Amino acid sequence: MNHAEAAVAFNRDENRVDWHDETLWFVRSKRDRAAQTLPEWEQLREAASQIKNHVLSNMHDLLTQFEQNALANGITVHWAADAAEHNAIVHKILVDNGVNRMVKSKSMLTEECHLNPYLTERGIEVIDSDLGERIVQMRNEPPSHIVMPAIHLKRADVGDTFHKHLGTEAGATDPQYLTEAARQHLRDTFLTRRVALTGVNFAIAETGGFVVCTNEGNADMGVHLADVHIACMGFEKIIPRAEHLSVFLRLLARSATGQPITTFSSHFHKPRRGYGRRGDGRRGDGRPGQQMHIVIVDNGRSRQLGRPEFRNSLKCIRCAACLNTCPVYRRSGGHSYHSAIAGPIGSILAPNIDMKQNADLPFASTLCGSCSNVCPVKIDIHEQLYKWRQVLMQEGYGPTAKTVSMRAMAGVLESPRLYRLAGKVGRGVLRFAPVLAENNLNPWYQHRDMPEAPGESFREWYVKRVMSDER
Amino acid sequence: MNVGLFIPCYVDQFYPQVARATLQLLESLGCTVAYPLDQTCCGQPMANAGYAHLTDGCNQNFIRNFSGFDYIVAPSGSCTLHIKHHLHGKGDTDERAAQQIQSRIYELTEFLTDVLRVESLPTRLPQRTVVGLHQSCHGQRGLNLAPMSELMREQGISKPAYLLRLVEGLELVDLDRRDECCGFGGTFCVTEEAISVKMGKDRLADHQRHGVEVITGVDVSCLMHLQGILRRQKSSVQVKHIAELLVKSEK
Ligand code: SF4
Repeated sequence: MNHAEAAVAFNRDENRVDWHDETLWFVRSKRDRAAQTLPEWEQLREAASQIKNHVLSNMHDLLTQFEQNALANGITVHWAADAAEHNAIVHKILVDNGVNRMVKSKSMLTEECHLNPYLTERGIEVIDSDLGERIVQMRNEPPSHIVMPAIHLKRADVGDTFHKHLGTEAGATDPQYLTEAARQHLRDTFLTRRVALTGVNFAIAETGGFVVCTNEGNADMGVHLADVHIACMGFEKIIPRAEHLSVFLRLLARSATGQPITTFSSHFHKPRRGYGRRGDGRRGDGRPGQQMHIVIVDNGRSRQLGRPEFRNSLKCIRCAACLNTCPVYRRSGGHSYHSAIAGPIGSILAPNIDMKQNADLPFASTLCGSCSNVCPVKIDIHEQLYKWRQVLMQEGYGPTAKTVSMRAMAGVLESPRLYRLAGKVGRGVLRFAPVLAENNLNPWYQHRDMPEAPGESFREWYVKRVMSDER
Repeated sequence: MNVGLFIPCYVDQFYPQVARATLQLLESLGCTVAYPLDQTCCGQPMANAGYAHLTDGCNQNFIRNFSGFDYIVAPSGSCTLHIKHHLHGKGDTDERAAQQIQSRIYELTEFLTDVLRVESLPTRLPQRTVVGLHQSCHGQRGLNLAPMSELMREQGISKPAYLLRLVEGLELVDLDRRDECCGFGGTFCVTEEAISVKMGKDRLADHQRHGVEVITGVDVSCLMHLQGILRRQKSSVQVKHIAELLVKSEK
C-alpha cells in the first residue's frame, strides 16, 4: 500500500484522526514552549548544524579516531556494510555467548535492519524494553513514531493488548494499573537476560565512549545487569568531542517532547569490570567482566553521504520534531510511511535505501516547510523532498499516466496560444458540462466543489479594456 | 514605476476578479502596470510534481514576458517563490535575465509593504466584518511574509495582517494554529485527496470556531481548496483574496 492509500484507510475513522492530530500537536506546542525558554535557541540550532556539517565532512577520520579510542577502552568494534551484516554480527555475539534470549532498548537502527524478525527466525527471543516499543511488539506492529512508538494507540488499545499478552483485566484503561503490569513483566526480563542491546544517540570520537538517551531508564536497566552489552549505531551518530554533547543534549529532548533534558542520558565508556573476590583471591565477583560490543552500520549511509543534495539528511539526531509538526504525518499516522523512520525525515531517508519502494514518500508532503523550521540541526527537509521528487521522476519511478499527463500539461503551458485555447475549453466544460468534472473519478470533487468558471479570463477582460482605452 | 503584472494561470482562468483587484490596487497606489499578454504559467505544477525537467518552455516564456520591468508583482506567494527559486535561463544572456527577474519579483503584499511602503489605505468595508487570514506556507516560510511559529528569533511583522488592519471595518481574528498548512499543496490536493481534505476541514474549523465571516489569504490556490470544502459544507463563510479586500471598490 502506498502512502496515499494507507492514508485513505487511516482517515476512515475521523475521530481517531482528530485525536492523533491533537495528541501530536500537544507535543509540538510543548516543544515551542520549551524552545521559547532559551533565548539562545536559534544559536544552539546553528551550532548543532555546524558541528554536524563538520562531522559529515570528516566522517572517515572521526570514525577511525572513535574506533581507536573504543578499542583502547576495551570495547570490541564491528563494522557492518548493510543490514544483513549487522544482523549476522549481533547473532554471532549471541551464539558465541550461548544465549537465546535478549533484552533490547529502543533502537530505530535495529528496526531499519529488521533485526527482531531475523533473530526470532533463528530461535532467539527478543524483548523490547521501552514501554511503547514493547506494546507495539506485542501487537506485532512496527513503531509508528521514532520517539513515541505507540503514539497511534489509545489507552483502550493498550488495555486490550495487555489483557491478551499479560493477562491484565479485560477493559482496563487505568494507566497506573497498566504501567504496573508492564513494569512487573519487564522487571523479570531485565533480571534474567544476559545480553542487552541498546541504540546509540551520540558516539564521541575523542573518548571512544557513547551516550544513550531514554526516558524510562530501560537502557541502563538492561545493560547494568547483563554480561554482554551490544550497542548498534548508524555511523552518522559520531560527534567529535564530549563538549559537543552540551549542544545536542539541550536540543534533543526539547525538540522531541518539550522536556529540558531526557530523563536518562547514560554515558558508556568501557566494559564493566568484575567485582568482589574471585576464586584466585584477587578482587572481583567471580564473574568475568562485562563484554561491550559496538556495531557501526553503513546500510546506505555512505551512498547518501555521496549524494551532495541529500547528505544533509545524515545530520538527523532522531528527535522527531519534524514528525510532530508535520500536518501530513499527524493525519496519516506513522504506518502509512511503510518505512522504519516515518514522517518528513523518513521520506528523505527511505528513497536512498530503495527508490522504487519509496518513490511515493517524497510526495507525502505539501512542502509547507514546517519540518525544516523545527529541525534542531537545520536539515533542509522540505527542499530535499522537492529534490527527491525530481530525481525519482527523472529516474522513471513515476506512474506512466502521470508522466504522460505532465508532458501534455507542460506542452500546453509553454505555448501561450495553446494555453489560451485550453483555458477556454476548460472553462467551457465547467460552465456548460459540469458533469464532466463533477464526478467521483475526479479526486478533487469527492469532497470539494469545483470552482465556478467565469465567462471570461482576466486576459480577455484586460485586452478589451486596453482596446477600449485606445479607442 | 514600471510594474509587470504576473497573473498565475489558474487565477487568469478561474479567478479573474482577483487579477482585476490586484491591477486596480496597484494602479490606485500610483504604479504603472502592464500585463504581458503572452504569459502562461510559472511552471510550478510540473516542478512540484517532480517534473522540473519539463519546465524549460515555461521558463523561456516567462523570461520573454517579464524581462525589463522594474518590478514584477504577482498575487500569489507560491508562484512568486517558485520563480525566485527555480527560474532558469538557457545560455548566459538568458540566465542573467532570469536572475534579474528573480531579484525583482514580489508577491503582492510584500510589494505593498516593502517597496511601496503603504501606510494607509482608503478602503472601508460596507459593514463590520470578521476576517480570518489563512497564512499560506510558501509565502510565509519561503518569502518571509509573516513570522513563523517554529522559529524563536526576532522576526518581522505579518505583512498581509498589517495591510488588512489598515482596512476600516475589518476585524482580524487570531487563530488557534496560526500557521498550519491547509493541505492544498499543488498536485497533493488530488494525489493525497484524503489528507488534503482533512487538513482543509481542520483549517476551516479553526476559522469557524472564531466566528470568521470571510477567509482571506495571499494564495488563490489555498483559498480555492478551502472554498471547495466550504461549498460542499453549504457554509455561508466567504472566501476572498486579500487584493479583493484591500482594493477600494469601484462603485
Ligand atoms: S530531521 Fe531534524 S527534526 Fe526530524 S527527527 Fe531528525 S533532527 Fe529531528
